[in-house]
Amino acid sequence: MKTIDARGLSCPQPVLMTKKAADTGLDEIVVLVDNPTAKGNVSRFAANAGYEVFDVENDGEYTLTLKK
Amino acid sequence: MNKKSGLFITGIVIGLIAVALVALGNPKNMGFCIACFIRDTAGAIGLHRAEPVQYIRPEIIGLVLGSFIMAMAGKEFMPRGGSAPFTRFVLGAGVMIAALVFLGCPLRMLLRIAGGDVNAIVGLVGFICGIAVGVVFLNKGYSLKRTYKLVSSEGYALPVIQVVLFILLLAAPAFIFFSESGPGSMHAPIIAALIAGLVVGALAQKSRICMVGGIRDVIMFKDWTLVMGFVGILVACAVGNIVLGNFHVGIKGQPVAHIDGLWNFLSMVGVGIGSVMLGGCPLRQLILASEGNTDSAITVAGYLVGAAISHNFKLASAATAIAEDGTISGGPTAGGKIAVIIVIVVCVIIAVANMPRSEKDSVSPEGAAVGVQGV
Repeated sequence: MKTIDARGLSCPQPVLMTKKAADTGLDEIVVLVDNPTAKGNVSRFAANAGYEVFDVENDGEYTLTLKK
Repeated sequence: MNKKSGLFITGIVIGLIAVALVALGNPKNMGFCIACFIRDTAGAIGLHRAEPVQYIRPEIIGLVLGSFIMAMAGKEFMPRGGSAPFTRFVLGAGVMIAALVFLGCPLRMLLRIAGGDVNAIVGLVGFICGIAVGVVFLNKGYSLKRTYKLVSSEGYALPVIQVVLFILLLAAPAFIFFSESGPGSMHAPIIAALIAGLVVGALAQKSRICMVGGIRDVIMFKDWTLVMGFVGILVACAVGNIVLGNFHVGIKGQPVAHIDGLWNFLSMVGVGIGSVMLGGCPLRQLILASEGNTDSAITVAGYLVGAAISHNFKLASAATAIAEDGTISGGPTAGGKIAVIIVIVVCVIIAVANMPRSEKDSVSPEGAAVGVQGV
């Protein structure tokens, strides 16, 4: 499992960082983002890449757990 | 409704609104143009003295307020900033200068294509090339680094300024300039333009539509979601123009356009690169600014100053005019051509300066922001 801290970064960087981790063949990736746009974009990318996405929101920050 | 359908419908509505605004008085193929309208507003408040392009455009006011209201309602209003603000200001000014050599932002480029303007297709090719260059920068690690939470007043400033501008528009005091001829004198009724802006702002905030992001995502991730908004605008506006008799395919005689292919291409290369580096097109920057993103608000300030520089130093192109004896006038100026080259070079320098030279420089995926969030 790998944790990516993409808080404070604007798109496409959170997606790009997630893609780099996904390209290494990881089955579980946790992505931290802090805006709804990044949450939506990372979730969409992950779903297209075959991951199931579980998200938890806490005070405007999102923890996205991507599992294959 | 899935994301693609939502974006396509948003695009349709924006395209139809653009057609309607032309029918109500805006210049042809300029129903909605972020660059032109910020330029007009810059002229109205005296930042430049180009008499044909001075008017406080209610569309921009509505766009900001519509997006702000939607963000507040959806609990997405979050004041934040601190991601290389001055660099963003410079990039914003550069994007505006290049856009005014082309004679339009990416949104107007689409509206021009939908009106049959072949010069705008040349611009689109340049725009795609510029975005592709920007994608290369992103893949090499280009980043303006992280944003941080800010106090609420930072986020409220831009919407409040729009209210002040609206009061100035209605009151029309002597120190505000209004064009008596030219594109600035052609406008839809204030209330119609304001409502159009409010609707587009609300829809754009909800859908995250972006002219740059759509093409960027196709190139980077083979993701066609965001580009659906782009397609929606094109389709709706083209159909609307055909119905109203405003669709004329050709190079010469297009409304507020010039026919110099090389500079239509290169100027949009500059707009494409700069916009990818900023993270979105001028429309998207206005929406983000309305959500409380002060980096985008500073970018909008860059657009405003860029517009003033363009007209004060005669960098903006003039629309091509063909006299009865066949003499062609207008087109890009010598200064404008030099400016476009400078914009592209400055973009490259900024990109290289913001690429990681070592592991230490790159944005750490493992939590560099922890501890500084909430400052």
